[in-house]
Amino acid sequence: MGKNMLKRIDLIFKNEHDTDEILSKIFKRSNDDLINDLIGSGLKGRGGAGFPTGLKWKLTSEAKDDEKYVICNADEGEPGTFKDREILTQVPHKVLTGMAVCGRIIGAKKGFIYLRGEYNFLKPHLNEEIDKFHAILKKLGSDFRIEIFSGSGAYICGEESSLMESMEGKRGEPRNKPPFPTEKGYLGKPTVINNVETLAHAWTIFKYGPKKFRDLGVQDSRGSKLFSVSGDTPIAGIYELELGMSLQDFVDDFGDDDCKAVQVGGAAGFCVPRKKFRETAIGYQGKLTGISLPTGGSMMLFNSSRSMYNVLKNYLEFFEEESCGQCTPCRVGCQQLLEGIEAVKRGEKHQHYLNKLLRLSETMKMTAKCGLGQSVANSFSSIVENFREEMIY
Amino acid sequence: MSKMVNLKINGIDVSVEAGTTILEAAEKLKIKIPVLCYHKDLCIAGNCRVCVVEVVGSRKLVAACATPVNEGLEILTNSLLVRNARKDIIELLLSEHNADCTKCYRNGNCELQDLAAEYKITNQDFIDLAHGTYTIDDLSPSIVKDDSRCIRCQRCVRTCTELQSVGALSVAHKGSEMKISTFFDRNIREVVCTNCGQCVIHCPTGALVEKTYIERVWDAIADPTKHVVVQTATAVRIGLGEELELDAGSRVTGKMVSALKRLGFDSVLDTDFTADLTIMEEGTELLHRLKANLVEGDTSEPLPLTTSCSPGWVKFFEHTFPDMLDHMSTCKSPQQMFGALAKTYFAKKIEVDPENMVSVSIMPCTAKKYEADRPEMRDSGQKDVDYVLTTRELAVMIKQAGIQFSDLPEEKYDSIMGQSTGAAVIFGATGGVMEAALRTAYEIVTGREVPFENLNITPVRGLEGVREASVKIENVLPDWKFLEGAELKCCVAHGLANARKVMEKVQNKEVEYHFIEIMACPGGCLGGGGQPIPTNDEIRKKRMDAIYEEDANMTLRKSHENPEVVQIYKEFLGEPLGKESHKLLHTEYFERQRY
Repeated sequence: MGKNMLKRIDLIFKNEHDTDEILSKIFKRSNDDLINDLIGSGLKGRGGAGFPTGLKWKLTSEAKDDEKYVICNADEGEPGTFKDREILTQVPHKVLTGMAVCGRIIGAKKGFIYLRGEYNFLKPHLNEEIDKFHAILKKLGSDFRIEIFSGSGAYICGEESSLMESMEGKRGEPRNKPPFPTEKGYLGKPTVINNVETLAHAWTIFKYGPKKFRDLGVQDSRGSKLFSVSGDTPIAGIYELELGMSLQDFVDDFGDDDCKAVQVGGAAGFCVPRKKFRETAIGYQGKLTGISLPTGGSMMLFNSSRSMYNVLKNYLEFFEEESCGQCTPCRVGCQQLLEGIEAVKRGEKHQHYLNKLLRLSETMKMTAKCGLGQSVANSFSSIVENFREEMIY
Repeated sequence: MSKMVNLKINGIDVSVEAGTTILEAAEKLKIKIPVLCYHKDLCIAGNCRVCVVEVVGSRKLVAACATPVNEGLEILTNSLLVRNARKDIIELLLSEHNADCTKCYRNGNCELQDLAAEYKITNQDFIDLAHGTYTIDDLSPSIVKDDSRCIRCQRCVRTCTELQSVGALSVAHKGSEMKISTFFDRNIREVVCTNCGQCVIHCPTGALVEKTYIERVWDAIADPTKHVVVQTATAVRIGLGEELELDAGSRVTGKMVSALKRLGFDSVLDTDFTADLTIMEEGTELLHRLKANLVEGDTSEPLPLTTSCSPGWVKFFEHTFPDMLDHMSTCKSPQQMFGALAKTYFAKKIEVDPENMVSVSIMPCTAKKYEADRPEMRDSGQKDVDYVLTTRELAVMIKQAGIQFSDLPEEKYDSIMGQSTGAAVIFGATGGVMEAALRTAYEIVTGREVPFENLNITPVRGLEGVREASVKIENVLPDWKFLEGAELKCCVAHGLANARKVMEKVQNKEVEYHFIEIMACPGGCLGGGGQPIPTNDEIRKKRMDAIYEEDANMTLRKSHENPEVVQIYKEFLGEPLGKESHKLLHTEYFERQRY
């Protein structure tokens, strides 16, 4: 444990405060040049979905509209992730810089930080930073402005289109896609919405060039990433690591020598049992063979003292409450999965009922309206498939 | 012309305009994709997921209603993947739905039931989530809301918000607690609900239904001491057929009268009679207001004058524009005029003690149930209208009585208060009251018929949400000199969202109208909340054509020529806006809170 086998990266939290200098250099470069750097870096969305950031900015810059917006998604609500809070505490100026550069490139004058309601304690500090940042922008002749929007505690509002609905004063419910935010986002205007960490990485890429970032990680999963490590580990915390690591190496480094499963990507992610640690890599789904699991950063380790039934029940209780309730597969599906495993455990339903629920989980993944609804069943299927006996006995 | 996109659905090539959804493209090929949350009247929600289809090459299924086509797409609407997923979704919906169909008001006309039957969902493997802990709100005089039947498709919410801009229904809570609710979950009776019933005709299941009074009417008919009078609104005669296996737009006036007589009603009369009377009163009121405002400078009864026959609209107005109530015509609706006269004039004529009279009306409307319940609607000394049934409820009674509707002979309404004109018939369509009023008012002022071919004032007809028209008044009779050369500016709106738009413009003085007709329901009464389900624009159009056909076939087409109307003024009412009229045919309005 704590063997330090995996290289610790120090980019995000690196103590750099040369915002003026960096911004004035960036502002002298052309938009195309900047976008090419971003695309060249291979940076993908750090919220978990992994959409190429450079492409997102490019598409939005090409959308024709007088009004556009930049949104920083700081609705960090996935169980087991707590890295964005730390970024906003330690290096908010990097995030603000990312937003301002994005605004310049796409032609937006306004940026919002959608701050999770539970993070309201960060507001005074953030507002101070925003004021300082605005002063720098003013000096550089930019009228880009950033504002904080406080969320109200719904998990679903971390989903980008629900987040925008919520900002528009409506009920936080996912929209139909297409159209995507790059075309019709906040107030129906082209919008770039990025995770906090993604924007912070933009700082590194613009400051040091795309190569430094690209040299980290593996094919299709470039760069470093923050991981929120929790559960049965002696060294819980936030770590910046290279993408592409094998789960075995991760467990060797962070586990307590008794790790039986890792939940990768939070409650909406996948559970990997010990026997699959070696064949599983952490990164975006790519062309390489083998299992590659994406994550927004949440890594939960479970040792043999844990009941995977309880773990799953806990996740399902969370989703049963946090589904927005709009679409059938997610609203009713979550209830059926939860009540289903309880009924099997109590012996009221035969263990074969788990097969029916597994089929249901496939239907949920294929038919739910939003990314959340499509992923709520991931933990169910991966835990039931790998720890079936724990569900029954 | 916009760009065409080529795709394949179930292997068949189809070319559609860019922006078309997969559902629409499939429709073009006559391939049916099942839907629940989708309704042609409403914006796309894409939340029930019943319409999912497979896009070849994609891991996910997509909602056909919400996904626009792309060049080269290959869609499968009936692959194994689709069928299994769709079946799962229907099963999920049934698991949270109180599927005790035999105890449901919509049994036999339910989209979820149809779908379950189509997919032969005979198993109930999933755990029953409709634990029976849901509440039923049946305190409203018009609408019953049963949450255990709700499938959360939000059609009602979209109807109430978009179509009607009322916002009485909205989504509350999340996850498993998510439900359709009202302001702080109060009873429908206590919130801004206008009782229009559009939610009822847009609900795919039995979650929102009309409050039924069928049994009370049967009781009254069976009571030998009671004389049961029935009146039928104009839109019923062009809607009823649809509930009794006839095509949309069938005109069934004679058969309906015949059926009502067989059901045992003692007097079968026509709301159209009081529709003609409404024109006499409201037309006179308009002319009176024009004179007061334009000549005498008296603005105590301001212009524009708005119609008041639609009780959903009236309540909406009371909630939304409480400082503009004096714009609304003081005329009661034809139903309530009829009720007041039935228990006075008519009772006297047929020598029945009004206390032994039961007054029933058949309406295309749920708000009429509420209207009859308004405390001020007791000018006869009793409740003027005792029970209001919708078109749908009448069809139920006809079926219960074992009447073969399509075989019935055509019969005529009883007299008196059974005669009407084409002007009254068109009350059932948006623009109809305006047209009827113009036919009469123009003639009163000029002594000539309105200058439109065959009296058809086509500019005020149609399904366009807001329509404007102006009529130039020339060569007037001596009494109306002040109107010489004037241009009467009229506006017609239907659906409360359109009504709101128009009235906000009036409020902000952006428009100068003299007369505004507003009907709460899209299409007017023909699309009322009490009409057959389904109702959509295609069906509204057919019902509308039937109404104008009925008008064109009448011998009398102007309200002031209705001999029974002439008679009632001579024998009973005196003159329009006279003392007796004022007592029985006019009413007042009250400021209502938004919350």
